[in-house]
Amino acid sequence: MHLEYSDEENAFRAEVRQYLADNLDPETARKVKEGANPSKDEIVAWHKVLAAKGWLAHSWPKEYGGAAFTPIEKHIFEEERVAAGGPEIVPFGVNMLGPVLLAFGSEEQKQTVLPRILSGEDWWCQGYSEPGSGSDLASLKTTAVRDGDHYVVNGQKTWTTLGQYANKIFSLVRTAKGGKPQEGISFLLMDMDAPGVSIRPIRTLDGGAEVNEVFFDDVRVPVDNLVGEENKGWTYAKYLLMHERVGIAGVPQAKEELKKLTKVAKETVNEDGDLLIDDPFFAVKLAQTEIELMAMELTNLRILYDAQAGGAPGVESSLLKLKGTQIRQELTDLTRRAYGPYAVPYTPEVLETGANEDPIGPRGAVMSAPKYFNYRKISIYGGSNEIQRNIVSKMMLGL
Amino acid sequence: MDFNLSEDHKLIKDTINRFVRDEYDFETRLKIVEEGLGSSDKIWGQIAELGLVAAVLPEEAGGLGGTGLDIAVVMEEFGRGIVVEPYLATAVLGAGVLATIGGHDDLLESVIAGEVKLAFAHYEPEARYNPKRIDSNALKDGDGYTLTGEKSVVAHAGEADYLIVSAVADSEIGLFLVPADADGLSIRDYPTQDGGRAGEVSLDDVTLGEGALLATGADAQAAIDLAIDRGILAVAAEALGAMEAARDLTLDYLKTRTQFGVPIGKFQALQHRMVDLCLEVEQVRSLVTLAAVKFDEPGPERDKALSAVKVKVGQAGRLVSEESIQLHGGIGVTWEYALGHIAKRLTMIDHSFGDTDYHLKRFIKLKKAA
Ligand SMILES: Cc1cc2nc3c(=O)[nH]c(=O)nc-3n(C[C@H](O)[C@H](O)[C@H](O)COP(=O)(O)OP(=O)(O)OC[C@H]3O[C@@H](n4cnc5c(N)ncnc54)[C@H](O)[C@@H]3O)c2cc1C
Repeated sequence: MHLEYSDEENAFRAEVRQYLADNLDPETARKVKEGANPSKDEIVAWHKVLAAKGWLAHSWPKEYGGAAFTPIEKHIFEEERVAAGGPEIVPFGVNMLGPVLLAFGSEEQKQTVLPRILSGEDWWCQGYSEPGSGSDLASLKTTAVRDGDHYVVNGQKTWTTLGQYANKIFSLVRTAKGGKPQEGISFLLMDMDAPGVSIRPIRTLDGGAEVNEVFFDDVRVPVDNLVGEENKGWTYAKYLLMHERVGIAGVPQAKEELKKLTKVAKETVNEDGDLLIDDPFFAVKLAQTEIELMAMELTNLRILYDAQAGGAPGVESSLLKLKGTQIRQELTDLTRRAYGPYAVPYTPEVLETGANEDPIGPRGAVMSAPKYFNYRKISIYGGSNEIQRNIVSKMMLGL
Repeated sequence: MDFNLSEDHKLIKDTINRFVRDEYDFETRLKIVEEGLGSSDKIWGQIAELGLVAAVLPEEAGGLGGTGLDIAVVMEEFGRGIVVEPYLATAVLGAGVLATIGGHDDLLESVIAGEVKLAFAHYEPEARYNPKRIDSNALKDGDGYTLTGEKSVVAHAGEADYLIVSAVADSEIGLFLVPADADGLSIRDYPTQDGGRAGEVSLDDVTLGEGALLATGADAQAAIDLAIDRGILAVAAEALGAMEAARDLTLDYLKTRTQFGVPIGKFQALQHRMVDLCLEVEQVRSLVTLAAVKFDEPGPERDKALSAVKVKVGQAGRLVSEESIQLHGGIGVTWEYALGHIAKRLTMIDHSFGDTDYHLKRFIKLKKAA
């Protein structure tokens, strides 16, 4: 037993580090590191930087322009991306739709849809959840009724992440009623600019603009846009949800947050003139979180190496999501505490490109509370932590 | 023992409760917050008209009470409505200081009438939550004073007509009354996470007349200490109201939101957490009650009760915020739903007058000294 990365893995890490150092736009990286949101153009440009190197679609095979990374390579890439300040790769096209099409799409869909994801021509968003169907996704009500060589779609999706930037949406729609709710669902590829599609932003509690409601009113969708077979969409959706959970532990992000927080703790003075790192009340919490993360990192690697050796990453990803989200939420809590009263001002605009106002207090304080509030989402989306526990107790423990 | 509110307190409680329900529903509040003014002249006028500014001031100062229970009863109800008006800054802190020091009856009268707003500019940029670290300076200048220094995250500074500023004069702490339009006074006014407003206050050779000095030495220190204690009690009671509002929303949601064909409140995994949440809120109510009743009996027991309630509010505030949001799912993280705003206020309360760690340490010191 040993816990070192192989020479090849280390060489890969060095290559990623160098490529990002040479090609990641510094202004984009600054924003990401300071917790501000990169613009649409900055995200598209970043995707192009990765696509140029063949590193945008980590799990796709090379013949479709993917990187065909191993699970460990994905992990190493993520560590380097986060450390460099690269934006999170928008997952909907490359990590969600891509794998579904590769597994279940027609050859024509693969040939037309996949290249446009890599080129940045298409921005996909995910139309699963509905107002009445969150955890109980199979109860979804949006309908698609066959009319000649079209489906006519009516209904509403919600929580559609970055839908405001998207020109495409993959949706789960009901094509048959009666029977088990899972059985009448189909997976449709739709245009956001088709007549009858409208979108309304949902502002989040931290003031952010990342989710939307999407309404379908007699939207006509060519039957060729059906993925796989009619009424088999649930199978594809479940396959996709599995992919959604890859990397969900967020170990690289957590390590970076811990590093930043440790720096803050070494620079910030408490009421008695001691550094926070020397203040046992703070330092104990920081240390406990680090210990959890050390364990988590190895748990994650154990599961990744298992997956690499052919064991399928199944239920374990639920465990990773649970612990990973707890640690990351705790880190946001400690970070806003570390900044003390300077967590109170709400001035995200000082981090925008070209802003010339100074922050109030330390720069790192600006997004500390908004991030704490925003990160409530990570234990809700992608299957809430309660649902993850249900999965583990049923599938892993047989309860 | 008698845990019942007096008839007078019941009346105040009902008055504010009705006022919040009728005049300050969530949409109204959201509008005030989004307009970015920090408060509404109309609402502030109504608050004054209802006699609520006077409610937390002693009779000698033209008020109607000013006891610990008065503060707690009023603030709990404001907390329920997550009211962003400058009540804490003006009535609890600013007017509280003037009343403690005495001799400013005319000014207090205008404050009570809702015509004048105040802010308490005390904490400093390098001090974190330490109320004793004051670097601002007041130089004797003829009959008057010249003030220099910086004050940090001063609640509602930008709306105040007068700031009550602490500064060291001749190595003694002093309190000064500074008009908002004084030369050399500048305020960087900004919104806060919880929908309120605050400001960074710079005093750059602000010259003041003799009358600006409110108190020095032990009198000034006592007034500052009392103001901060009033602040702690006020935000703790406010947090109690806010937590109860979060609890009620969550309980209601568990009963009405259905998934998998049943109300989500039927899931035992959620039931137990809801029970724990309710239990924490009861614990907070007990400590708010203790702190409020002890408030008017100076001594270590009172001080311990204040730090105890601030610790509890910090911890339970976090639990209630996080759990309420989680039990709601996606709807809990939206701007258009009250819960997120309650959570933001609860969180920011932990960032005022000393956070959980600060008050844990203070509690330990008090315990050791006892
Ligand atoms: C920021 C954000 C971005 C999102 N992005 C997208 C997106 O791009 N596309 C998309 O389709 N969806 C997206 N979602 C939706 C997300 O998947 C849902 O919010 C999630 O599935 C939970 O559903 P819900 O919000 O309706 O909560 P509900 O399902 O109503 O759950 C409410 C509470 O009940 C609990 N609960 C539910 N069922 C059970 C049970 N059986 N046992 C125990 N507890 C239970 C939940 O855990 C939660 O605590 C996003 C959500 C958020 C917050």
